[in-house]
Amino acid sequence: MANIDAGGDGGGKKGPGVKKAKKLSTTVDMTPMVDLGFLLITFFIFTTTMAQPTAMNLYMPKDVDKPEDQNKVKESGAFTIMLGKQDVVYYYEGLDPTQIKTATFKTIRDEIIRKRQNTNPEDLVVIIKPTIDATYKNTVDILDEMTINGIKRYAMVDISPQEYQLITITESAAGIK
Amino acid sequence: MPSVKIKKHAPVNDMTPFVDVAFLILSFFMLATKFKPEEPVEVTTPNSVSSQVLPEKDAFMVSVDSKGRAFVSVDNPSFRQVLIQNLNDTRKLGLTTSEIKMFVNAPSIGVPFTQLKSLLAMDPEQAKKVAQPGIPCADSTGGELYYWIRDALSAYSGRKLNLLIKADNATKYPDFKNILNAFKKNDQNKFLLVTTPEDAPAGTSLYETRQKQIYGDK
Repeated sequence: MANIDAGGDGGGKKGPGVKKAKKLSTTVDMTPMVDLGFLLITFFIFTTTMAQPTAMNLYMPKDVDKPEDQNKVKESGAFTIMLGKQDVVYYYEGLDPTQIKTATFKTIRDEIIRKRQNTNPEDLVVIIKPTIDATYKNTVDILDEMTINGIKRYAMVDISPQEYQLITITESAAGIK
Repeated sequence: MPSVKIKKHAPVNDMTPFVDVAFLILSFFMLATKFKPEEPVEVTTPNSVSSQVLPEKDAFMVSVDSKGRAFVSVDNPSFRQVLIQNLNDTRKLGLTTSEIKMFVNAPSIGVPFTQLKSLLAMDPEQAKKVAQPGIPCADSTGGELYYWIRDALSAYSGRKLNLLIKADNATKYPDFKNILNAFKKNDQNKFLLVTTPEDAPAGTSLYETRQKQIYGDK
């Protein structure tokens, strides 16, 4: 064990008849202290939360009553992403929902990058429409994708019944439940 | 012939440096640790590349678990006091002083107004075991969550209140939408979503901007 050895052999011989005092050991046994120390370390390791949670900004558009107050989107710049069941993503360019294509969260990034390169930056607007089957994780992932790819203008809006119907048809054709 | 005498010793191993390091680690963990706040539900937040630190002060947090149950938690005890008194007045909950005190000490609440009084009247240990059904928020007017938010905002009038939403990976979008709806009814459109940090994927535009920030333009 850790030694604290303060006593030496000093003192020397004392004459005959002087009784030699019994030398006491000055070594302190540190085992219990070390045990306790490690117990505490283990405790703190298990209870600690190292990764500080971060915050992600989400700005929602205000509800407008009149349709003429809404911002208009140019057909060339619109890119709509819809989130469906089973982490599948559907997207279409422009304003015609019948042109929907299927993608996953891995492939959608390439599509966003491609769209960004081919479009005038001032016109590009990404519209995110989660369906009722999407999860919160999907929503955060796709919002994250906007940050990752440097998309400045995007909005999260409700899906229209027509689009939802198209997704349902595509899903049943692809066998996604 | 005098032989060389070798002193017999027990094999002593000096553990001092070892103990030093152990206690150094111990003190590090003791200082760096921040205990997990007590939560009635387990919520696993999704990852995001966002690097903004979560504000801890002036926070009004709505947690949503995977089944869509909503819970309200507020960090500041004095703010909690004002909030519950506001609610008590506006919603005529008829809470007693001791029940209000219970709320001030409670970490988070997820029951409808009708059950709030009985929950707060319980013993704290007992109250922990109660399965809270969540604050109703499923209708288009924002449900009871609307009133929670309204009274929180009025209790915090004049200062900026950080609106945090913490939802589980598996939370369905409609449940999340209901929460947003309740905030929107109060004319609140800026939120902070609680996420776990992750790195920007290599090769993307965000990754390049961050590399430039670290290493400068080359």
